[in-house]
Parts: sequence; structure tokens; C-alpha cells
Amino acid sequence: MTMKGKQLHFAVLLTGLLALSWPALATDGAPPAPEFRLANRAGGEMSLSGLRGQVVMINFWASWCGPCRQEFPALDEMYRKYKPMGFAMVGINVESEKADAERFLGARPVSFPILFDPDNHVSGSYGVSAMPTTVLVDRKGHIRWQHRAYKPGDEAEYIAQIRAMLREPS
Amino acid sequence: MIPSRALFAALALLAFSGCSHVEPWVKPYEREKLADPIMAWDRDPVASSYILHVYESREGARGAAGGAGGGCGCN
Amino acid sequence: MQLTRTIRSIAITLAAGWLFCPAPSIAGVLPEDRADLMYHYYDGGGVQIDGPSVLVRKKFKEKYAVNASYYVDMVSSASIDVITTASPYKEERTQYGLGFEYLRGKVTYAASFSNSKENDYDADTASFSISQDMFGDLTTVQLFFSRGKDDVTRRGDDVFSEKVDRHIYGIDVSQIVSKKLILGASWETIAEEGFLNNPYRQVRYVDAVPLGYSYEPERYPHTRTGNALALRARYYLPYRAALQGDYRWYNDTWGIDANTLEIAYTQPIGDRLMFDVHFRYYMQGGADFYSDLYPRANSQNFLARDKELATMDSQTLGFGLGYEFKVPRVEFIQKASVNLKYDFMRFNYDDFRDLRPTGYAPGTEPLYSFDANVIRLFFSGWF
Repeated sequence: MTMKGKQLHFAVLLTGLLALSWPALATDGAPPAPEFRLANRAGGEMSLSGLRGQVVMINFWASWCGPCRQEFPALDEMYRKYKPMGFAMVGINVESEKADAERFLGARPVSFPILFDPDNHVSGSYGVSAMPTTVLVDRKGHIRWQHRAYKPGDEAEYIAQIRAMLREPS
Repeated sequence: MIPSRALFAALALLAFSGCSHVEPWVKPYEREKLADPIMAWDRDPVASSYILHVYESREGARGAAGGAGGGCGCN
Repeated sequence: MQLTRTIRSIAITLAAGWLFCPAPSIAGVLPEDRADLMYHYYDGGGVQIDGPSVLVRKKFKEKYAVNASYYVDMVSSASIDVITTASPYKEERTQYGLGFEYLRGKVTYAASFSNSKENDYDADTASFSISQDMFGDLTTVQLFFSRGKDDVTRRGDDVFSEKVDRHIYGIDVSQIVSKKLILGASWETIAEEGFLNNPYRQVRYVDAVPLGYSYEPERYPHTRTGNALALRARYYLPYRAALQGDYRWYNDTWGIDANTLEIAYTQPIGDRLMFDVHFRYYMQGGADFYSDLYPRANSQNFLARDKELATMDSQTLGFGLGYEFKVPRVEFIQKASVNLKYDFMRFNYDDFRDLRPTGYAPGTEPLYSFDANVIRLFFSGWF
């Protein structure tokens, strides 16, 4: 093969590899949020259908996850501020045993409900692919935003989305 | 011996594949035990680098101490 | 060398791939901020070395991290080499290090620099690495490259001045296999060129003198290339403990073949205590040109009687205990720990003889062996 031929061959190979590996674009549409019913740390159970009509933020977290712990104070502040306007938040703990989560919350309590998903069925149904994952569900029960991972400053984006959804009718 | 161009292409694919999403068999929410500090390869770098230095200054072999990866896989 | 060129082109391809890939919204995490202050102590084979070791690391905006280190060896040496061919001495070696990390998406770029100085040896090292999490964060691949330049001088000799040039290439792969098991593999190639021996050390040869042998300076090749391959596994035991196994194979162009096997066990006790125990076994076949006693003066191109290049084995048994606590009234420090590690080492030589006892014909002296005690006492603080 000639030098030019080799270069062309290589360019085609590289373009092919690039096309193959390009990140999949986010699918649009607002799918219904999968229903769940989980044990509540404060007692009893809580279900998603029970929160229909409110804007719901579902935060999947674990005590062993650094960014999850970092995110909590910001989530707590968001909950206190927007709760009177029809905003609900649940922190779903994904650990298989409660002890570490209880110890963490004992030292740093939050005001929003904490639910336990020890078998990870709910994590699976929501396709949790990063820790933490924050899902925003509108008043009609559809998933509108799914945030994977957390960096300080991301809460500004959550707040903008929450405010937009709070203005929508139920 | 693997031809170098095939190796080159395989590694390029490996490099670019970091961009794409692959379904892991250990989900991010299942990494509880792996995120435990006792599962870190190197819990105390100041202590491990010293003992490695003790070995390397008295033995003929060097290298391949290694140890990135594991952990919580967060973010 | 062909291998070097191949590794270099692989590294450039991967680096280009990493840089070209758009930074996704998902990112990795940099290690926590911490400071460590350690006192290290070694006593074995007539040598005592102790001193401080300090390491501090801090991250900014979850994207950048800086680390700095300071290390001193205060050496008091009356080792077997020194006793038989020289006189006991004291010296000090100081090492400074500075490193930077940049996290972009799933890739961490790192650069670090260090300088080590003692009265007859000055070493500068620059290292670079790229590390990426991939395949759902189950795999981590790291490529690293290091360049070292050493200046060798000789005490009491103003004219003597030599250099060493060092290139190190390596790849490290970490793979999560299950919720409880992680595997790792590393490959490293170390290529050195220059004055690779010790300006004071001598070899001995059979000679018609009352002692039966005489000394001449050692003479090493000007290059040395070594390869190491290590495999490791770490497993989480159900009652909350960890077990690790390591194996490393090494060989180089001087004919040294070595195998290392290590097992380590970590057991937390309650909320605050951490117990470690490990056992390491090392064995090496000596360098091709090594001999404890040469038949006559200048008998080979290369001459070595450094016990580090002999056929030898060593065993290490170590214990560690750590205690974690919260510093009262200091909110800035999130948690702290105090740790003590003790290691007992034994070195056995198959072809290096102990020349201190008298009354032996040359070449029949007892084989040398020695024990060493190593202590590490350190405080760590996370902030």
C-alpha cells in the first residue's frame, strides 16, 4: 500500500472508532417515574404515588459516597425553602445495612425524609448509573431531569429546574 | 507476536471507549464494600513509600508497586 | 529500542484519545485532603537510619490537587561493606517532592518532581502519569513515565564526577471483578545509563598475600534495563476485613531474576482500631558478573561484590496498629489517626561471605545473613 493509501486507511479506521465510541445522546421525552414504596426512617412507609401533585426530587445516596455527603447540606436547604410551595424530597439510601447511614445521619441530620432501598430494586428501576443520582419528577409524575454525579455548584441548576416545575399546573 | 498496528488500533479503541457508556456488572450503588477504606490498595502512602524504599535499597529488583483504581467510583 | 518506541507511541495514542474525548458531565473523585507526619527507623546489619517524613495533599474545586513531601535519612553506618573495606560514617540525605494533579471527567493528569541530596549523590526526578476510569468505573488504567538524572561524586575526591540517566515507563491496570474483589496488574520497565556502581565499593580476588585475597574497585556495565510484572488481588471478607495477595516477577540485563510474594491482612477492631499483618518473601538470582571472590585481579570485564546483586532471599513479617480519633475543639481536622508499624526482616545470602570472622581460607568464610528492625510511627490528619 502506498503512503497516501496507508494514511487514508488509518484516517478511516480512526473515524470509525470515533463514531463507534461517541457518547449516546440523551433520549428525550418525559417517561413516567417508576412507582416505589419504601420504609421511611421516621417510621412507616412512603410511596411515590402519595406525592403526586408535588414536584419531587429523589436523591440516591450512600454514607460511603463522598460527593453524596457533600451534597446533603445543599439539598436540605433546598427542601426547607421550597417545601411550602409544593416541593417534596426523598433521600433513598442504597446501602444493604442501615448502621452506617444511621451513624452518618446521627452526626449530620437532615430535615427531608430518608427511605431505605436495601435490595436496590428502586435503584435498578431508575437505572442509577452514578453515585449520587438526583432525579426530578414533575407534578404529573414524569421524570424531567436526571442528574448523575455531584460537584459543588450543581445545586444552582437543580434550583432553576425546581422553580420552573413549581410554576407548572398539577 | 501481535502486529503493532492491530495493538495500536485496539488501544485507540480502549482510549476512545472511555467516552462511551458501558453497563457495569457491579452497579455504582453496589460499591459499598469496595468503597470501604480497608479495601484501598494504599491506605497510608507515606508509610508504604518508605517500606518500598527499604526494600529497593537492599534488593536488586525494583518497580511495579502499582495501585490506582477501586474505591467508591463516585461522580 | 523497539520496545521503548512502541510504548511511547501507545502512550501518545492514549493521551490523544483522552484529550480528544469531550469531558462528560460525569467525573471521578480526587483523594481526600490529608497531612501525614512520620518518624521512620531502621536498624539492621550494622546500619541505623532514622528521620522524619512529611506528606501533605490538598485539592481545590474538586479539580486540582497539590501534594508536597519532605523526607530525611540520617545514616549511621557500620555495615559489613564499610567494616571490611572502610570506616564507619555518618551522613544525611534529604529529599523534597512536589506534585500536581488535574481531574477532567474520568481522567486524572499528574506531574511530580523530586530532588534527593546527600554529600556525594544528587538525584532529580520528574514523573508524569495519566489515569482513566472506564467501563462503568470498574477498570482503571494508568500510564506513567519518569525521567531521572543523578550526579555522582566521591567524598575526598574533588575531580570525580559522574552521571546517571534513568527512564521509567509503566502501565497499571485495576479491575473490579465483583462487589468484594478487585484485581490489579502492573508492568514497569526501568532503563538506566551511566555510572551505576558505587565509587567506594571494592571486589576481592585471590592473591598471594597473608590475608589470601586483595581488593580492587568494582566495575559495572554502563547500562541496565529491568522489567517488572506484578499481579495483585484484594478481597473483602464478610466480617469486615481485607486480604491481599501480591506476586512480582523481575528480571534485568544484568542477569538478576527475582520473585516476590506477599500476603497482607487488614482487620478493623471496633470503630477506632485498625490492625494489619503482612508477610513478604523475596528471592533473587544474582547478577551474571557478580562474585564473592574472583580468581585473580581484573579477571572479567565487569566485577561486582555488592550483596544487593548477590543470590539471596529475604523474609519480612510486619504488624501495624492504628487508632482513629477526633481532635477535640479543632473543627478544621475532620478526623485523625496515630499508627505504629513494626517490621522484622531477615536477609540470607547464598554467595556473599562474612569476612569479619578470622581463620577461614578465602572462599570458605561463613555465608552472611542479618536481621533488621523497621519502625514507622506516624500521625495522619484529614481536613
